[in-house]
Amino acid sequence: MENNREITASVKKRSPWSKFLIYMKRYWQLYAMLLLPIIYLLVFKYQPMKYILIAFKEYKLNTKLWDMPWANTAGKLDVFKYFKKAMNTDFYNALRNNVTLNLLDLFFGFPAPVIFALILNELPFKRFKKTVQTIAYMPHFLSWVIIYGLSVQLFAAGSGLVNQVVSLMGREPIPFLNEPNHWIATYIFMGIWQSFGWGSIIYLAAIAGINPELYEAASVDGAGRFSKMWHVTLPGIKSTIVVLLIMNLGGIVGGAFDRIYAMQNPLVLDVAETIATFVYKNGVKQLKFSLSTAVGLFQSVVGLFFLLSANALSRRLGERGIW
Amino acid sequence: MRVKSLKTRIGDWVFVLFCILVAFVCLAPMVNLAAKSLSASEYLIKHEIYFLPKGINLDAYAYVFKDSTYVRSFFWTVFLTIICAFVSLTMTSLCAYPLIYDKLKGKGIINILITITMFFNAGLMPNYLLMKQLNLLNSPLVLIIPSCLSIYNMIIMRSFFYGIPDSLRESAEIDGASYFKIFISIYLPLSKPVYATLALFYAVGRWNGYTDALMYITKKEYYPLQLFMYNILNNINSVEISTQEGFSTPGLSESLKDAIVMFSTVPILLIYPWLQRYFIAGATLGAVKE
Repeated sequence: MENNREITASVKKRSPWSKFLIYMKRYWQLYAMLLLPIIYLLVFKYQPMKYILIAFKEYKLNTKLWDMPWANTAGKLDVFKYFKKAMNTDFYNALRNNVTLNLLDLFFGFPAPVIFALILNELPFKRFKKTVQTIAYMPHFLSWVIIYGLSVQLFAAGSGLVNQVVSLMGREPIPFLNEPNHWIATYIFMGIWQSFGWGSIIYLAAIAGINPELYEAASVDGAGRFSKMWHVTLPGIKSTIVVLLIMNLGGIVGGAFDRIYAMQNPLVLDVAETIATFVYKNGVKQLKFSLSTAVGLFQSVVGLFFLLSANALSRRLGERGIW
Repeated sequence: MRVKSLKTRIGDWVFVLFCILVAFVCLAPMVNLAAKSLSASEYLIKHEIYFLPKGINLDAYAYVFKDSTYVRSFFWTVFLTIICAFVSLTMTSLCAYPLIYDKLKGKGIINILITITMFFNAGLMPNYLLMKQLNLLNSPLVLIIPSCLSIYNMIIMRSFFYGIPDSLRESAEIDGASYFKIFISIYLPLSKPVYATLALFYAVGRWNGYTDALMYITKKEYYPLQLFMYNILNNINSVEISTQEGFSTPGLSESLKDAIVMFSTVPILLIYPWLQRYFIAGATLGAVKE
């Protein structure tokens, strides 16, 4: 004890530099561990941000980023040239599709896991419930390429399983994959198919956290199955639903590349081209670097705005935000 | 035990039936796929396959095994997946573990550095240009390094570490154990569930991912399985396949596609049910944080 106090006293007297050394001698291992992750973040998450400048510059091959000239039309400085240019392309179309598909996903896809969790919660047999859960989680582990393969398998005009049944009933095959509106329905359906089981996990966890006494009290009051669902279970998971709904709304201009790219086909591009695929095709494929960077930046900034608003809204409503 | 009323029991069975239907919808596509991949071509052309194969025919599988490009791609992806899971878990631990120490100076700055990346991504083209600058285009490393740390997964791991009682590490600190030693001998052994979960998440992510390969890789020998499959499903380069060894009949090339999809799905379907009890906890945490 005595000894310790002496050490603390002597530390206080030392210069900042030796204090730092003493501190580092104790903690250097933690910093050493953090070194790689920090380098990773700086190189792979922060360094690419400098290339956002390309949106405002004329891209030149084999030139340093800083030496590329600012965007100009016939020598006249026009920093937003590529943003204006984007407006004259199919960009609007891509933005509209992006928002439409996300909204439809939200409208049809969001309630599915909630309903599924409510139903699972009512199942009387435990083993059966477990089995259904395992099966329902399965699609989440399939890649979108496989899901695309399965959608062809199910919905192709001639050989698809569903159309086999349709033609057995003596009807014309339904163009699930080739006709824009049918394609949208297929896209949304496969999205729900992939995610409803996995999405229900979070609601089941929330349901498990509801106080059982509430159910007992409701039973005593003569509540039936559905009024317990409506008046106990749903209010119990309301905050989870609200947070997830708001966060989904926050991602409305975003969208994963792998899903849409795997599912789209040339016949339905009018409704299937989203910002992500638009940027990929214009940038990586057609080498319009400045234009596609501009579109990507637009998406990032608008996306950030939506996300921050969603977070603020979530806090305003008295729910926890995501940070 | 309370006796259930007739009405309740009927209700129970309605839910059970509904769940059977849901399970059927989940499984039907896979069963149909398996049946088609195993069927003889004459039935395939007549569209007569539902959930049972007709005229068992293993030609498609035999061809898949014989096709060296497919087998190569398969084992390349297995190799990549294992490496990725290992590298990513290491990086995730290196990031998550030090951040549980509140007394660590600079923790706030690091947290801000991390949080910003969750909200703002430079975008597809800047990332592409970065890979170009780093000479990672067409290098197999581009499939491992850029995705080796997921902040969501890091948060899941950190929350798990937070759940381990502080007193354990404090007593080790008093005994003079170094922080690295504490990690190896206390945190690592106690965190098996979260490691199992995240290993699954990272492995599935790599196994299923094709976007990075599509963007950054043009050399076919580095194509991961999903991209390889995407090209086959969309008849890109299909000429090679259909002209080789007489696979030109439409029925056979269809069942070949089915066999390839089947073969790429089975590894995951075999693994995930065993890890279910682990990943549910991870998914719950992850979903809240998303």
